[in-house]
Amino acid sequence: MKQVPAEYYQIMEQIQAVDFVLVELTLYLDTHNDDFEAINQFNHYAKERKRLKKLFESQFGPMQQYGNSYSGSPWNWDDTPWPWQV
Amino acid sequence: MWIYEKKLQYPVRVSTCNPRLAKYLIEQYGGADGELSAALRYLNQRYTIPDKVIGLLTDIGTEEFAHLEMIATMVYKLTKDATPEQIKAAGIEDHYVNHDKGLFYHNAAGVPWTAAFIQTKGDPIADLYEDIAAEEKARATYQWIINLSDDPDLNDGLRFLREREIVHSQRFREAVEILKDEQGKKKIF
Repeated sequence: MKQVPAEYYQIMEQIQAVDFVLVELTLYLDTHNDDFEAINQFNHYAKERKRLKKLFESQFGPMQQYGNSYSGSPWNWDDTPWPWQV
Repeated sequence: MWIYEKKLQYPVRVSTCNPRLAKYLIEQYGGADGELSAALRYLNQRYTIPDKVIGLLTDIGTEEFAHLEMIATMVYKLTKDATPEQIKAAGIEDHYVNHDKGLFYHNAAGVPWTAAFIQTKGDPIADLYEDIAAEEKARATYQWIINLSDDPDLNDGLRFLREREIVHSQRFREAVEILKDEQGKKKIF
């Protein structure tokens, strides 16, 4: 497996944890669209998600492309590691 | 459109090279109740399902692709260092002669994925009942694989996937109730 710094795994795990909350709330809200408290939670974690994505990308490059992330120079979207390589 | 993200939904770790576990896991890659079937089933049914359920089918269908990538990662990690002797001992030499260590959409018995595994009936209740059944079958399959696996790291990922099947099944059951309520309303003259 590729050698990546411990921080890669730490920040990634934080993103995975926040994303779990967001996936769960997304599916829940798809069938409970008037739950105000859940929508508040969703927006809170959506903001936290943005913060973590920025933190991760500043150290390890873009998580998404097609313009959903900024690019480094040279183009670094297709740099390893891919998720199955770590 | 869909946007790829360079991230697994949940961390995938395996303890050791173990091609026999990969042989079992491929059931959830290209099998009838596997993740590919799930993703394609929901993302195809959504075009003709009532509006109230389109979002749910879209979001669960999308999550299934994340699960497909987790299974692929498990299979890749379990087989990448396997020697031809280990491949033979695990009983996956039939796969090896055709694909080397490349992944392929077939089930644990080597039957290739086919669209006949899934259905779209155009009838919302029929479609959602199929979806609930598919989730329960996938949950059972994960349980049988966990029962056969002695890899604690792999089982951690498999337990996550098993739990997701339960959540999806429950969400689909709610969708059925929402549609039944809608239908009931129309009958009031």
